[in-house]
Amino acid sequence: MRLILTVVFILGFSLPLFAADEPNSTREIPDVQTIVNKANIVAYYQGKDGKAKVKMTITNKKGQKRERQFIILRKDVEDGGDQKYFVYFQKPADVRKMVFMVHKHTDPKKDDDRWLYLPALSLVRRIAAGDKRTSFVGSDFLYEDISGRSLAEDTHELIKTTDKLFVIKNVPKQPDTVEFNYFNVSIDRKTYVPMKMEFYDKKNKLYRIIESKKVEKIQDFHTVVKSVVSNLKTGSKTEMEFSNVKYNINLKDIFTERYLHRPPREAIR
Amino acid sequence: MIRPGRITTLLVIWFVMVASLPAVALDTDENSDDSLFPELPIEVHGFYETRSGYRLRKDKYEKDMSIMEDRLQLDLSSYPDWGDLKVKGDVFGDLVTEEVDFDLREANVFVSPLDFMDLKVGRQILTWGTGDLIFINDLFPKDWQSFFIGRDTEYLKAPSDALKVSLFGDWANLDIVYTPQFDPDRFINGRRLSYWNSNLGRLAGEDAIIHTDKPNGWFKDSELAARLYKNINNYEFALYGYRGYWKSPGGQNIAMSQAIFPDLNVYGASVRGAIGKGIGNLEVGYYESADDLSGKNALIDNSQMRYLVGYTQEIGRDFTAGLQYYVEQMLDFSRYKSNLTSGPARDRDRHLITLRLTKLLMNQNLRCSLFTYFSPSDKDVHIRPNINYKLNDNLALEVGGNIFFGDYPNTFFGQFRNNTNVYVGLRYSF
Repeated sequence: MRLILTVVFILGFSLPLFAADEPNSTREIPDVQTIVNKANIVAYYQGKDGKAKVKMTITNKKGQKRERQFIILRKDVEDGGDQKYFVYFQKPADVRKMVFMVHKHTDPKKDDDRWLYLPALSLVRRIAAGDKRTSFVGSDFLYEDISGRSLAEDTHELIKTTDKLFVIKNVPKQPDTVEFNYFNVSIDRKTYVPMKMEFYDKKNKLYRIIESKKVEKIQDFHTVVKSVVSNLKTGSKTEMEFSNVKYNINLKDIFTERYLHRPPREAIR
Repeated sequence: MIRPGRITTLLVIWFVMVASLPAVALDTDENSDDSLFPELPIEVHGFYETRSGYRLRKDKYEKDMSIMEDRLQLDLSSYPDWGDLKVKGDVFGDLVTEEVDFDLREANVFVSPLDFMDLKVGRQILTWGTGDLIFINDLFPKDWQSFFIGRDTEYLKAPSDALKVSLFGDWANLDIVYTPQFDPDRFINGRRLSYWNSNLGRLAGEDAIIHTDKPNGWFKDSELAARLYKNINNYEFALYGYRGYWKSPGGQNIAMSQAIFPDLNVYGASVRGAIGKGIGNLEVGYYESADDLSGKNALIDNSQMRYLVGYTQEIGRDFTAGLQYYVEQMLDFSRYKSNLTSGPARDRDRHLITLRLTKLLMNQNLRCSLFTYFSPSDKDVHIRPNINYKLNDNLALEVGGNIFFGDYPNTFFGQFRNNTNVYVGLRYSF
């Protein structure tokens, strides 16, 4: 009897707590594949196309700064699948008007197609598919951070769920091709925006962090407008700020040689 | 850096002109819409550069300095609704020539009058083809002098005064370039660089400047170049045609002791795309020496076939390698040989291998590159090492060289062996 009372008491006492917590606790926890799929769409596939002005500030451990500024145009071939990118550089002056164009393929067997346009020579150069884990324009961001790492490259495990976040551990299927052992992504439960990515090296030591510092709702799409990557090994960090973000701008197929020679108006204004 | 006083004056004039342009633009800000230039903002950019270079070998026909120049480039562009406007020019003073020059590199208008059509008219830099510092179907003018004395690679491309019409269709795209007056290469003529003079049978330079009889008439001595191209699954296929003249002298008029630019027609094709982990390219061209189709005339270059195959791949982190194999084949070699009046004969086929290695270091602020031409048939070599370090977002320091070796004094690169030089440059971009 005492036992029953105790149970009732505890249950009764705790019930209001559960009730207060209801929005979170009764919300179903989706399976891990659903979470990573949703987060991938939010991070890289908002709308059917989009544009943004990007300012990167690279600060090395001595505090010396370098800046990059470019307009990025994106069009999805397929939601969650292939995409096309057009990156039109504005700063620094020596790379002004250079264009970097990518036809991204999510099929791990197919390399991305990449072009570089050098305006002074009026030259369209085809670039060999490179290691995607090399620096993008000398910053602490890697090519893969910009265009997205294919979900098929890793196995995903939900290792923690808090009130606000899902934490997913991602382990590469081919560990020899990357410099990390695994990385954890903390995903906002409400918006599915990846808020933090933590990369652990081969000795399982944290060495690289990407954080979403500012998220805004633009045309109903939750958008990271400021993110910072810190390399704990080199002491260098890069801040990336997005402005003039627009979605569903009805981009034509400007991802061709024609528009390398003459950037579309969307890239200039 | 010593500088002729005239430069300063020119710079001042230039600066005043440029500085006043944006002001003019601002003044028109409140103009009504019927103006052709409503609130036309002009973007002003460019660089200032100083570059010095010396020969490493004594050359009795040329000065010891290979380059000693200060250069200001201004690049003005504007984007009104109806098109793009661009003017880019260099003022430079050089102690080798002791001259101040202005080189208008671009002055053009770009419009897209129809969905499927682009037009660019005026002075422009034109490039096509798949080679890396090897050109078969790109018959737009090159500046070989700049290339060998150590200017930035940008200057290998000389401007054309032309109209470019581009048509875009579902089944293919077509570019047509009409140059109303022949634009030759800025070829090696003895000024600044010594060369093999076959008439004298020896190396020569400032003592034997090549004089030319250039086709000069507007509309009469024109060039026409076309490219038909299509991208199929990111494999880029192209067909080319050209009607004009040998871009560097391809013959001579003995009586006038002038070098000439005989008629030339070129027909070619290329393909470029991903192969394995890298990019492969293949290009061929038939050079029809139209003034001497039979190859009988020893004073006019033979017709040729030109072949190129290349492959580029990333071989390490921020480290790429590119390999090319090129063959230039004379088509009437026996006639050439039997009609040869003086000097050693060249081989029928010229084989050329190029290797480019590029490595980026220090957060891609340091670029080390090495481009090598090696001809096993001519037994000559041209090596182009270059190290470029970006001190900050505006300032870059560059060191490089043009190294020539050759067993014979009359081969393409061998003739330049006394021009072997090293240079250093500092560029401020804005």
